[in-house]
Amino acid sequence: MKNVPCLLSSGVVTTISKLTKTCVLRLTPDNLFFILSGKVTNGGVGMWCELLQNNFFDEYQMEGVSSEFNQICLEVSPENLSRALRTVQCAKSVKIKLTKKHCACLTVAAELPTLSSASRVVTHDVPVEVIPRRLWQEFKEPVMPDFDVSIYLPPLKMLKNVVDRMKNLSNFLVIEANLNGEMNLKIQTDLVSVSTHFKDLGNPPWGPSQRGDPELLAEATVDIRKLQQFLVGQQVNPTKAMCNIVHQNVVHLILLHEDVSLQYFIPAVA
Amino acid sequence: MCRDGRKRESAGQSRPLSVQDRRRAVRGASGRRAGPAVCELLSFGVRFLPVRAALLQQVRVLFFPVFPSGSVNITLTMQKGDQNATFLCRYSIPRGLNFRCKLAIKSVQTVFRSLATLEKTVEKCHIGLDEQKDRLTFTLHCKHGLLKTHNLSYQDSESLEAVFDKDSCANVFRAQPRVLVDTVVHFPTSLEEVTLTLSDERMWVRNHVEDEAERSKAVLTELCLAADEFDHFDIKLHNSITFCLKEFRGLLLFAESTGLPVTMYLDEPGSPVVLSVTDSVLEGNFVLATLSDDHYLRQSNRGADAEQTRPPDDFMNDDMDAYLIAMDSSVAPGPSTADPPSLAAFRKPPAPNYRTRTYSEEEEDGEEDPERPPDKKFRSLFFGSVLPPSPRRSSQPFTTQEVLASDSEEDEAEAD
Repeated sequence: MKNVPCLLSSGVVTTISKLTKTCVLRLTPDNLFFILSGKVTNGGVGMWCELLQNNFFDEYQMEGVSSEFNQICLEVSPENLSRALRTVQCAKSVKIKLTKKHCACLTVAAELPTLSSASRVVTHDVPVEVIPRRLWQEFKEPVMPDFDVSIYLPPLKMLKNVVDRMKNLSNFLVIEANLNGEMNLKIQTDLVSVSTHFKDLGNPPWGPSQRGDPELLAEATVDIRKLQQFLVGQQVNPTKAMCNIVHQNVVHLILLHEDVSLQYFIPAVA
Repeated sequence: MCRDGRKRESAGQSRPLSVQDRRRAVRGASGRRAGPAVCELLSFGVRFLPVRAALLQQVRVLFFPVFPSGSVNITLTMQKGDQNATFLCRYSIPRGLNFRCKLAIKSVQTVFRSLATLEKTVEKCHIGLDEQKDRLTFTLHCKHGLLKTHNLSYQDSESLEAVFDKDSCANVFRAQPRVLVDTVVHFPTSLEEVTLTLSDERMWVRNHVEDEAERSKAVLTELCLAADEFDHFDIKLHNSITFCLKEFRGLLLFAESTGLPVTMYLDEPGSPVVLSVTDSVLEGNFVLATLSDDHYLRQSNRGADAEQTRPPDDFMNDDMDAYLIAMDSSVAPGPSTADPPSLAAFRKPPAPNYRTRTYSEEEEDGEEDPERPPDKKFRSLFFGSVLPPSPRRSSQPFTTQEVLASDSEEDEAEAD
């Protein structure tokens, strides 16, 4: 069995747990990935979260299937993992191991401080399912789409407030942005249409080169609940938050926070 | 609940309180963190119950008629002297009819809603019984001649006493409530039941998973407490007891508010566990039902015995690992080392799966009554005695027995 002793921040896992009920945890010698592949069953939503193991663990040991395929893929419920990690936040030391109990488990073992001489040990056995190698190709890093517009997002709290209010009115939201740092969120119903305009957001330098009119808006209509779910999970303001839009195709959200990167794909509805 | 020197058979009786005790009881009852005080008049004394909504749904009040009209007066005077609030209680209780009624706790809490305001403005609290109209009248005499009257309707109630004997329990331990609260915080709030496994030097606390299907999906949490974390740890019988965590949490909340150490009396699976909180003016006994022996046998025979056997794993590498290994190899006995099932059946018929009972109707002062239907007793004796105590075979009559339990999901096995 593979050993992964560590001291892990539970913030990332909590964020992931708000996004999806189950996801794939991929372990490689240098990284951890939380992956949700964009299948029809998820409504086409995809997620890719990458962490550098060095920043979270004091000690990290892993052995993949073979030296050629040095990785482990596990299907886990991030909610279970997040809860387990939350209870051991004030522990003296925490270890996470992949074990085999009645089924494959990620065992979170923590030593808790006590007033007595012996320390209290708490273990949480989080059941996981090991994903066989033949299915690994489903969990490859998604290719960055050939987007039309790339723009920095407004503060997430503000965005969340707007989206929350709009959700009460309509199920579909139009996200528009251009290379001039302008972004609009629009909803339209029989009775009312609401739009919120953001200006001077800035565009990331690696965005598509200026072709034609920078005022030209790229848009995509998405299911508002998916966007809301993404925003609900964000507890801290990321260092960088960006949005790439492929016109009427997909909205690609990227959050960078310290050494964690989170990508979220929301397909456009017809 | 009042403190007395002599042992009590049931929770129903009490001894006379000295004036000092009464004062202290009232003060304790009206303490900052206690709920409203409710008084219970008995033939010789007054019982004050600091009550918390988390625990009780009803409150018992006992009155004796004084006047022919059936009304009686108790005056609870709150006077402030210097810095300490001293309370004086005057009452006169002749011997007479035993009267019991119950009130919804929320109603009583409304009367004593804000303790801070009460202490500042209320001079006298008068509680009267109007038997004709079936109500209790709480009159708060406040400053400036203000009178607040609350009429609370009550219901008649039966007196249900839990039958338990703390001294006959094999296992006793006492801990500061903080230790226990820190233990249960590791378990999800939605968890129904928790299992305590006891050995000479340690106590394991695990979440209880009811069936197979859940076991592969649920997070299994285990916490180990060493004997020196307890004020007192005396284990004579190594076994595992399962009881309701939700109720336990509520009781711990109460214990924490009193700041008193919690003593737990445990016996065999099936016997109730008693949580006791005691000081000079207060004695609280909370009785919880536990899952019975046959339940454990069913579990172990299904082969899903993760609780009992812990395979040695590769935790060898550090100090913490060594500690864990030590934990693994110490004795963690299960029902297989307890008395053979047939004998247990004779001595104590298994309590019914307590989920079938409703707590609210049977509560009294926070105690629950683990009553069992008589026909089950007969069955268990009958089946239990016929078969030899081998684990395999003994599962069968008990599985048949499970037919009686309303929410059993086991397949019925044929008794040989």
